[in-house]
Amino acid sequence: MKKININFELNNEGWNLDVEPSDTLLEAVRDKMGVKSPKIACDRGDCGACTVLLDNKAVRSCLILAAEIDGHKITTVEGLCPQEPTPLQKHFARNNAFQCGFCAPGMILAAHELLQNNQKPSREEVQEAISGNLCRCTGYEKIIECMVNPDLKSGEDK
Amino acid sequence: MSEMKYVGKSVERVDSLEKVTGAAKYVDDIDFGPSLLHAEIVESPHAHAIIKSIDISAAEKYPGVVKVVTGKDYPVKFGMYMKDRYIFAIDRVRFIGEQVAAVVARCPKIARRAAALVKVEYEVLKPVLEPLDAIKPDAVILHPELKNYPHVPWFYPKESTNIAHLRKTRKGDVEKGFAEADAVIEDTYQVPRYAHCCLEPHIAVGQQDHSGRLTVWSSSQSPCTQKNLFAQSLESFGLSHKDIRVITPYIGGGFGGKAGVCMEILAAVLALSVKGRPVKVRWRRDQEFYNTYLRQGVVGKIKMGAKKDGTITALKYELYFDGGPYVEYGANVVNAAGLSACGPYKVDNLNIDSYCLYTNCPSGGPYRGFGYSEFTFGLESHIDRMAEKLGIDPVQFRLKNAIKEGDALGYGAPMNACDLHKCINLVAEEVKWGKDETSPDPNKVIGKGVACFWKGPAMPPNASSSAYLKFNEDGSINLLISAMEMGQGVLTAMAQIAGEVLGVPPSKIRVETPDTDRNPYEWQSVASHITWGCGNAVQKAAIDAREKIFDIIERTLYLERAGLYLEDEAVKCRTKPDWSLPLRDFVINGIMVKDGTFKGGPIMGVGMFMPEFCSTLCDPETSQGGKPNVHYTVGAAAVILEIDKDTGKMDVQKVALAADIGKAINPDMVEGQIVGGMLQGLATALYEDIAIDENGRLLNPNFTDYKIPTARDIPGKVVSFIVETPQADGPFGARGIGEHTMIASAPIIGNAIYNALGIRMTSMPMTAERVALSKHLGLEKRVEALYAKRTESYCKRGSKS
Ligand code: FES
Ligand code: FES
Repeated sequence: MKKININFELNNEGWNLDVEPSDTLLEAVRDKMGVKSPKIACDRGDCGACTVLLDNKAVRSCLILAAEIDGHKITTVEGLCPQEPTPLQKHFARNNAFQCGFCAPGMILAAHELLQNNQKPSREEVQEAISGNLCRCTGYEKIIECMVNPDLKSGEDK
Repeated sequence: MSEMKYVGKSVERVDSLEKVTGAAKYVDDIDFGPSLLHAEIVESPHAHAIIKSIDISAAEKYPGVVKVVTGKDYPVKFGMYMKDRYIFAIDRVRFIGEQVAAVVARCPKIARRAAALVKVEYEVLKPVLEPLDAIKPDAVILHPELKNYPHVPWFYPKESTNIAHLRKTRKGDVEKGFAEADAVIEDTYQVPRYAHCCLEPHIAVGQQDHSGRLTVWSSSQSPCTQKNLFAQSLESFGLSHKDIRVITPYIGGGFGGKAGVCMEILAAVLALSVKGRPVKVRWRRDQEFYNTYLRQGVVGKIKMGAKKDGTITALKYELYFDGGPYVEYGANVVNAAGLSACGPYKVDNLNIDSYCLYTNCPSGGPYRGFGYSEFTFGLESHIDRMAEKLGIDPVQFRLKNAIKEGDALGYGAPMNACDLHKCINLVAEEVKWGKDETSPDPNKVIGKGVACFWKGPAMPPNASSSAYLKFNEDGSINLLISAMEMGQGVLTAMAQIAGEVLGVPPSKIRVETPDTDRNPYEWQSVASHITWGCGNAVQKAAIDAREKIFDIIERTLYLERAGLYLEDEAVKCRTKPDWSLPLRDFVINGIMVKDGTFKGGPIMGVGMFMPEFCSTLCDPETSQGGKPNVHYTVGAAAVILEIDKDTGKMDVQKVALAADIGKAINPDMVEGQIVGGMLQGLATALYEDIAIDENGRLLNPNFTDYKIPTARDIPGKVVSFIVETPQADGPFGARGIGEHTMIASAPIIGNAIYNALGIRMTSMPMTAERVALSKHLGLEKRVEALYAKRTESYCKRGSKS
């Protein structure tokens, strides 16, 4: 099959890559670029575990073809914290918001997208924003609490 | 004991940062390099058929295919408690999706295309799809060889039938109990099959190097058990335990679905077929549904008798579980239910028959709750009906019968320490039990429901744990265990226990996920026994290290041992308040004495734990005589439920759950279990449902059609209560809690629906549609007719509709 050559940015680093026309963005990011935080959980757009930011918007990378990202900017959770975790990540960590953690990379990107546009979201806005990201462990409560009350500046709040 | 520093505190999880930064590695995130191969499974399209022939020639020739494997390459059986299945189907297939062959190729897409070229000729047989059909005298027999299957001594398969196991518990005289009763109620309840839906699907990578060494990386709750079962199955291929290594990095949820061995054995044998190269078997989401384990569906027939004062005089409970085609693990779920289906109540006359029946539906197996969720829906619904019939408030009825320490269990052994009464009172108070609530919306009604739960770890009597702990130069610690971190927080809890004993903060203790070459033995991370069992081993390992520390101090500094203690990463002495010696000064390099020589050396601690008081030996006709369960954790839950009378749509406004867990090692994580488990349970009550068609095909193997809760589907409020009646043989008094949190979810909903609308649901899930139809069309009239005569107190509320 004829490969397609694409140029794009992943976590602020320029890439040039040959991809198969049928490769999904999720496959390309994980297998061709070795960035493993976006997870494969349903591979059909149902769960959000594969969420990445495409030009700062949260998308499901299992539903996007790699060929489509030519000229775009992709961010995964690794890109959010090149030096150290963001205040939101620290806040989630301190509050034990996650359990198995498999949903966390996707959930955090969805949360990040919301908080970028809306620093004081209501509980309903948070629920809406992360409703495409399934979590089987936590019952969502702590994740929502952390986002509704993201006292992101304070250091030790526990 | 003086005030504790780390145990009982909501410390931050030791794996938090890894998980929020994306650093946490799961099996699929490990890089195996360019030699990695991928397997695709050739699956049976029939629920029940004889395999006439398999032709792999076309697939073998497909470019990029490295190997095609079928059952005749590995004609060995495997299984956890009963060896009733082959690695690949041989002669016969017994469910749709069963593995018949595997194609191994350099890329997953090639493997998939080639798998379609494997030609299998079948002779289709009639499938058995319902447990009540499986038990009919003329039923097609799924396992004619049943009598030859090796199994644990506490299973009682019935040869030439589909009964894989029948657990009978008999206590007192039920007929006498019914005769003494003022009221007797009988009914049948149905609980469908459910799927775990771990976010991470099952995955395993196997590699046998050229020296013969086999390593399997797997997403599993059970590294040591996997190693053991692989070794048992692969013995004839020259492998022994020391040749097999199982590595389990973080897993994306377990919930029982990743206990034992299911698809992982494929990675192990495929590795033998492509020696030298790693081979990955990764389940797609649909395979996750039909070829791992499901929670077994059950039909439960209950007959209960009680006196006017509310005393339960007799209980007869027949449970017919849909075990699926292979019950190597699932039969023990049935066993657990058969021992404990009376619930946390004192029942003097008891008769339980718990049947594990072979069917051609996907395999049943362990799922959070392990049989208890399955029987609790019927039991706790029935209790409300009995209370109503007798005119007793459901909370009072439960308080009257609730089990206490020392009461004889169904099989005769005494109940452990617990305070169920306190749990019931806490949740009743939280939902303002007895106070009628009206919705501001005239179209909506509000009901309340309550239920109790209990659960004991269902495990072999000698399920054991061990721990190994070593200090580093700076006084930090590596703690090695084979308990699996699946989200519940075991790494953190174990760090807290070790830290408490050694005076070292959990943040300075590294606990990692298991590698069977490096970490000491743990049976499995199941049964909610880890905090207790592994916690005991860790506590012993820490005490062992502490005693070694005291030895050196005593030997070199001549301080009296009795006065020594550990605090703030240092040794201190009660009789010399100004003295303290930091651990980092000596835990590796020892202590220098006068002549310049050093005494001591690297400090290590080892600990092991096995419950030495358990036994499954008993009379098979009654279950009397043994002590199959180490203990039970008990509790209660209650709900405030608002229902739209037109649409049946339900809004869980508040749920409260109280559990007597002995001691919360980390209250924050206990709350995490309660909130998460409650939602998982509410989803089974309200909408989750595995659909299987008349051919045995699972119709909804994805999250579009099998809906699990999103962030918008959560209860208005979840209130958790931790009750702490210490477990004398638990670490710091702790008992387990992981599974218990979803057991009462369904009956509280069923009871609240009845309370709000007067409609008794006898099957799950209780969807909005069913509630609305029942209300408008009276579909549940059959049940209501049984209760024509409603008593005052409780039924007033039921007639609000
Ligand atoms: S893996 Fe992409 S949405 Fe589930
Ligand atoms: S923490 Fe396990 S899926 Fe979210």
